[in-house]
Amino acid sequence: MTHPLPLSLYIHWPFCLSKCPYCDFNSHVRETIPQERFANALRAELRHEATRLMQDAPRQLVSIFFGGGTPSLMAPETVHHLIEDARRLFPSVNDPEITLEANPTSVEADKFRAFADAGVNRLSLGVQSLDEADLAALGRQHSARQAITALELGRSIFPRLSFDLIYARPGQTEETWRAELQQALALAADHLSLYQLTIEPGTTFEARHRRGSLILLEDELAASLYLMTRDEAARFGLRDYEISNYAIPGAESRHNLTYWHYDDYLGIGPGAHSRLTFSGQLHATRRHRAPEPWAELVETHGHGTREDETLSPEMKAHEALLMGLRLREGINAAHFTRRTGLPLRDCLDPVILAACLEEGYLEQDTHTLRATDEGRLRLEALLGQLVL
Amino acid sequence: MTDTPLHLIRNFSIIAHIDHGKSTLADRLIEACGALTAREMKGQVLDSMELEQERGITIKAQTVRLTYPAKDGNVYTLNLMDTPGHVDFAYEVSRSLAACEGSLLVVDASQGVEAQTLANVYQAIDANHEIVPVLNKIDLPAAEPERVRAQIEEVVGIPADDAVEISAKTGLNIEGVLEALVQRLPAPKGDAEAPLQGLLVDSWYDSYLGVIILVRIKEGRLKRGDKIRMMQTGATYHVDQVGVFLPKMKSVDSLGPGEMGYINAAIKTVADCNVGDTITLDNRPAEKALPGFKPSVPVVWCGLFPVDADDFDKLRTSLGKLRLNDASFHFEAETSAALGFGFRCGFLGLLHLEIIQERLSREFNLDLIATAPSVVYKMHMNNGDVEELHNPADMPEISKIDYIEEPWIKASILVRDEYLGSVLTLCTERRGVQIDLTYVGDRAMVVYRLPLNEVVFDFYDRLKSLTRGYASFEYQMDGYEESDLVRISILVNHEPVDALAFIAHRTVAETRGRAICAKLKDLIPRQLFKIAIQASIGSKVIARETLGALSKDVTAKCYGGDISRKRKLLEKQKEGKKRMRQFGKVEIPQSAFLAALKMD
Repeated sequence: MTHPLPLSLYIHWPFCLSKCPYCDFNSHVRETIPQERFANALRAELRHEATRLMQDAPRQLVSIFFGGGTPSLMAPETVHHLIEDARRLFPSVNDPEITLEANPTSVEADKFRAFADAGVNRLSLGVQSLDEADLAALGRQHSARQAITALELGRSIFPRLSFDLIYARPGQTEETWRAELQQALALAADHLSLYQLTIEPGTTFEARHRRGSLILLEDELAASLYLMTRDEAARFGLRDYEISNYAIPGAESRHNLTYWHYDDYLGIGPGAHSRLTFSGQLHATRRHRAPEPWAELVETHGHGTREDETLSPEMKAHEALLMGLRLREGINAAHFTRRTGLPLRDCLDPVILAACLEEGYLEQDTHTLRATDEGRLRLEALLGQLVL
Repeated sequence: MTDTPLHLIRNFSIIAHIDHGKSTLADRLIEACGALTAREMKGQVLDSMELEQERGITIKAQTVRLTYPAKDGNVYTLNLMDTPGHVDFAYEVSRSLAACEGSLLVVDASQGVEAQTLANVYQAIDANHEIVPVLNKIDLPAAEPERVRAQIEEVVGIPADDAVEISAKTGLNIEGVLEALVQRLPAPKGDAEAPLQGLLVDSWYDSYLGVIILVRIKEGRLKRGDKIRMMQTGATYHVDQVGVFLPKMKSVDSLGPGEMGYINAAIKTVADCNVGDTITLDNRPAEKALPGFKPSVPVVWCGLFPVDADDFDKLRTSLGKLRLNDASFHFEAETSAALGFGFRCGFLGLLHLEIIQERLSREFNLDLIATAPSVVYKMHMNNGDVEELHNPADMPEISKIDYIEEPWIKASILVRDEYLGSVLTLCTERRGVQIDLTYVGDRAMVVYRLPLNEVVFDFYDRLKSLTRGYASFEYQMDGYEESDLVRISILVNHEPVDALAFIAHRTVAETRGRAICAKLKDLIPRQLFKIAIQASIGSKVIARETLGALSKDVTAKCYGGDISRKRKLLEKQKEGKKRMRQFGKVEIPQSAFLAALKMD
């Protein structure tokens, strides 16, 4: 009897009240959200995929993540149904991590209790900043005050709480970020996602950046903010277990670790990606991005899949390296080989590997390859050279 | 057409500085002799010129045969020889001049004599030419015929009292020029019954006819059907056609002494037709070849590499096509670790190099990169061998070299007084030795001996910018001299970049090495690892720059499960690696080296 494959479930809710100027996620603004149609479609796609997967091999559900868009705009009963469906369709670990992303507006905060009752045990709040002017510049709908209120409420309702901040914002200095970060760390979440602002294609910020009206911080300053962030978080007991994620030991996001460990995940909803072992092969699938056409596909075919690609060992190796080196714990060589079919060593340029070890960008022992802080700070360039 | 009596032939060339009106005068003479109607003028003359002209500079000699009924009642045959117009082609010019008995010295009456004109006039004097000064643009308000007349006498040293004053543009006194040619130029000499001696003036490739040879008959007679022999190469050919240029090609039965014309003999490539060679008859060869032959030897070399490696074959084909028509330029395959596959190319001079480069990019649509031009050094080895070196990358081990010689030139620069100081400074900086300094009105004529390698290193550009374009420059090769030369290697992370190596005098090595290191530091994007950029002579580092590692390159956010996008980016990055040159653990984009070379 084979061990059941661990599986994480991602559910995408594609709607937002407004589009933030930095965001390139698959989010859409509608005058009225067709709640019922999308609730039904999500449930249908989940059922379709679960049936297919369980017929292929035994699986064990380890986490559910409601992402978006803004999933806190979902009706709590939809969340409830989806959790209930998932737990009925898949065998599950004892206490699966069930996260829901929420924005700290009052409307959404009012629903926290209902989400908890639906089975959500971890709240991830999109705070982004504690500075009023910057919140406005980021196009956020909430105030800093509202964010803090929502955080306090979330902490009292959910066993686990995380929130996001965006830093290395235009005009930010070490002093202003340190003050803001310390204030955030004092709010006693067990997990923080601290992202440096990046310019994504097709966003309003990109257009401004191109015109020169939005200027990113110099790399040197961004790098020093990064290292400072690590040190400040550590002082509050939060460890940088991934490039942009900080947690009290034990409070790491189980769901996101699935991505970084390159384990199986099932994504449902518009534009959702999956990595699924099926008939012994690893498949990369993507659903139709546009919400309504996706729903239509689900209504006719039971699923909204647009792409389904079987990954070659090399592709798998690239992906596993891309993900795994983001983690402080690095890549477990045995797990890497199990997932990709290739020995880790065979996937790396030996000259670059030696140079990275010497430079202190990478560390390795018999079981593990990991990027150091300095290595993770330059991970893109490093991977570009290291990976064969 | 039969042989023209010698006393009714005049062969002449036109000497003029660029823009002093040579082409216009030539057009007027052709027009006046009725060789072409006014309507044909444009189409005809320009069409045939366009192929041979680049940037207003003729690189091929050509002739036009004119018929002129003179005032003395005789009808004369005038052969106008258009000579190549640049110092790089000094030898070719000398052969063109050797085909004539006299020259028109055309001087812009408002500008006066320029250095390049002087050089050509001296060559014409050396060729025993009768020289007829012509003052052009006499109609311009700024014309100063008296001053220019005096200048010609003073500088050129020929009488200018009876200089012909004309305006080629308006056609004023064109007849005066024609009469002067007839009256003042000597008729050619020669014996129609002697063994054939034809001077090979030039040759070019015609895609329909094959190679066309431009010839001046000195002795004997050449007929269609003759079997000719090239006295240098010994190669023989059957003459399919002989003819003259009117300027349209017109076939004739034979060419006799004193005449100029063309030969078409099913020759495949101009490489078989050496400028200055003597053409004789295979069955009745001349005893001696005509004097003055010199094999064409490239004096400046550089590497030409396609920016896009896929263009290598296209480059090879294009070079081959150019070589069909220009035997003076050489190429051989070269591999550079930094730039990939390309060709080492040899040229008669810097302008020749520029012309070829420009034709490659313009006519063949090739995007090329050239390494720094190098002259030809003579390496005297300890074992007594002498090796020629034109690629710094091929420099033998220092310990095996006894001494090195470098080529020198004698340069004449004519410059307005106000810029003289900066020109002298430039020449001194470039290790020049002053030979002469004379004044011609408000202009100074400086003669310097200069190492050619200092001239190929951006000398023209500096001269141009120092004098706001008002200097004229002319040079001739002036032998080899022992010199304290060193090869400077540029190292990236301790590995040499072959394409950037250069040879320079020890006194300037450090300055130039430092300049290249600083430039590279700016051009190379920051990498994962810090990069040492060094210039060295042998194992001794003379300049050093360090490019720090990039400080941050990571995307903070890795959204949801969309790994595919990141993987595709990574794969693109890996694809880009193909255009990188690996120096140990560091990869430098080829574009950085290209940019470093481009700025020179």
